[in-house]
Amino acid sequence: MLRSTRHITRHAARALVTIRYPGAATAPYTSSLNLEHAEAVPPMSCFRIMNERGKLLPGAVDYGAEVVGKEKAVDLFKCMLRLNEMDVTLLQAQRQGRIAFYMSTFGEEAAVIGSAAALRDDDTIFAQYREHGVLLYRGMNYDFFCNQCCGNVLDSAKGRQMPMHFGSNEKHFHTISSPLATQIPHAVGAAYSLKMQGSKQAVAVFFGEGAASEGDFAAAINMAAVMDLGVLFLCRNNGYAISTRSTEQYRGDGIARRAVGYGVAALRVDGNDIWATMRAVEEARKFSKENDKPALLELMTYRTSHHSTSDDSARYRSEDEMSMYAQSASPIDRLRKYLVARQWWDVGEEEEFRNEQRQQVINALTKAETAPKPGVDTMFDDVYACKPAHLVAQEKEVTERLRK
Amino acid sequence: MNSITSAIRRVVSPLRCNTDQVLRGCQFRSLSFAAQAAEEKSIEETTPNPAVKMNLFTAVNSALQVALATDDSAVVFGEDVAFGGVFRCSSDLQAQFGSERIFNTPLCEQGIVGFGIGLAASGTTAIAEIQFADYIYPAFDQLVNEAAKYRYRSGGMFNCGGLTVRTPCGAVGHGGHYHSQSPEAYFCHTPGLRVVTCRDPFTAKGLLLASIREEDPVIFLEPKVLYRASTGMVPEGDYEIDLGKAEVVRKGRDVTMVGWGAQIRVLLEVAEQVEKELQVSCEVVDLQSLLPWDVDTVSKSVQKTGRLLIAHEAPVTSGLGSEISAAVQENCFLSLKAPIQRIAGYDLPFPFIHEKNYLPGKQRCTEGVLKAIDY
Repeated sequence: MLRSTRHITRHAARALVTIRYPGAATAPYTSSLNLEHAEAVPPMSCFRIMNERGKLLPGAVDYGAEVVGKEKAVDLFKCMLRLNEMDVTLLQAQRQGRIAFYMSTFGEEAAVIGSAAALRDDDTIFAQYREHGVLLYRGMNYDFFCNQCCGNVLDSAKGRQMPMHFGSNEKHFHTISSPLATQIPHAVGAAYSLKMQGSKQAVAVFFGEGAASEGDFAAAINMAAVMDLGVLFLCRNNGYAISTRSTEQYRGDGIARRAVGYGVAALRVDGNDIWATMRAVEEARKFSKENDKPALLELMTYRTSHHSTSDDSARYRSEDEMSMYAQSASPIDRLRKYLVARQWWDVGEEEEFRNEQRQQVINALTKAETAPKPGVDTMFDDVYACKPAHLVAQEKEVTERLRK
Repeated sequence: MNSITSAIRRVVSPLRCNTDQVLRGCQFRSLSFAAQAAEEKSIEETTPNPAVKMNLFTAVNSALQVALATDDSAVVFGEDVAFGGVFRCSSDLQAQFGSERIFNTPLCEQGIVGFGIGLAASGTTAIAEIQFADYIYPAFDQLVNEAAKYRYRSGGMFNCGGLTVRTPCGAVGHGGHYHSQSPEAYFCHTPGLRVVTCRDPFTAKGLLLASIREEDPVIFLEPKVLYRASTGMVPEGDYEIDLGKAEVVRKGRDVTMVGWGAQIRVLLEVAEQVEKELQVSCEVVDLQSLLPWDVDTVSKSVQKTGRLLIAHEAPVTSGLGSEISAAVQENCFLSLKAPIQRIAGYDLPFPFIHEKNYLPGKQRCTEGVLKAIDY
């Protein structure tokens, strides 16, 4: 009692001040009561450089001509075509029962390839599952993808995961796992580690607008903000999480606006405009590395493909809707129009190029499906750094049974 | 990271060779005071790693200090760890090692573990704290689907072996549903994880250091009731206790009693009592590592005694005792003289006012011994 009285007396001697609550120390006071309505905030604009016809928007920097240049622009276009051909071929291969599963990137080629092109090749990537184009851009050949899809001895992950779960240490691309959004906090941890090491590498993490509903997204973006970590959050907002439309996923103004609420710099980008995507990723990367702050880009796109080979999207969206987007939104068509207008690309060459690529994918797949599978003894490796006794015993049981 | 870890192992290995010598500290709590004093003196004289009296939370703190001092990449993070943590396990670490290496995180268990996985997968030794084991479940997915499979799913290309998740567990007298749980069985069902716990300050430090340096992700459960209650002599410097090994903490002939964590204290008391009053000799085995667990040590003991009692605080159904019971039955079928006794928490949410009746206390364990003997 005595102690508490003394305590009050000591503090009573100080003049009263206007208090600042720790949770919002810069908020001004007001006597007017206003619920802030989400609808009152205008939607965040979507940054684009070229329109559906491949024409520059008024006032837009001609990023393709002034920064990228002809040679690289054509390379990027070819990379998108290669991704497209690989997807078409492997999708058919799945239908023929040659591989167990596949997920294509149709309609989202610019968002993936554009992001990859604007990052450094040694930047660390944490991907969701529809970003295998990053590995293609970084130089992985069709053999790599086909070996993983077939789970053969040449698959670096020893046939342990379903098709599409790619990973490459050499390409700084952490191995994909199926659970959604789990990779986002990993990217934040990786960014902390690289910051401690004084590394120049950046960390970028891909996820979809559906995955952003998971707790791991909230966990990760908040941690990156609080800890001042230059993580690049790359959200592919493709309108659908399997059949669930983005309108059933969230009520607010998309994912970019949500980032601002976390204190994270954000920009909405036309993800089907490869120049806008590249310019935005480049800027965001620079901002993040220079300031040790995260940034989020919401790459607006449309999933023209089914979710996966196990999905039939005609059951939940109209033919009309799909054909409209396929016709007007195609990022490949948009870049082609841009290139053709500058006489950087001869449409006559395209079919031959596509056929060549398709044949290469078929060859790679044929090789991959005939290559042997990893031995059953490898099944017990890599669970732990050193195989513990119970796994040694279980391995022995399997190998002895197979020897009989 | 592998090179860092192996460098540490090279530095540490001479100390590991000394563990037999320092391991004698483990026995202190079951020795008489006179014997304990003699043992303390002998350790001080013979080891270059002088022992001092610590309780369990200071032993954890000491382990963290050693880990941080011997590995520049090691970081300690979690809710409230910067000021020392709610159980004071990280006291003074920030002053010593700086705020880049000892830091608070937002209140988000799945974020803490996911962040730790990313750190570890990028070469940093990540020592995460989950404030109570009861709150680890938001991180369940990160632990089970991510940490446990990171190495396997990449064919060994990537791993998060540098991750250790420390978390206080178990009954504490007044914890009710959400400050008392022992969630080990959930994680022991997950290949790729290691689950480790400790019974006293000496094992806490040695096992925690081994867990931090182990190249697999480890969940390290700290029985919070022992943080202050358990005291013992602990070497000030560096030592490790091997993971995957159980320890026979009391030799006996008639009944093997297997437990871990705070339950060892109960089992040792029961062993003393039944020896004195009933001339029943109990062997007490501390499992220490719950995944992978030391089937051999337990089986050898049961082959000798012919009787097994397993005691744990977690609910009995599908508890780790069930797994031990099945394995022992397979390995020791012809040696068993009585049904295996599982004395564990009842299949209830951990109750607040009835904690004493819920727990596998002395009376229930003694009844179990008698049942095995009288069968």
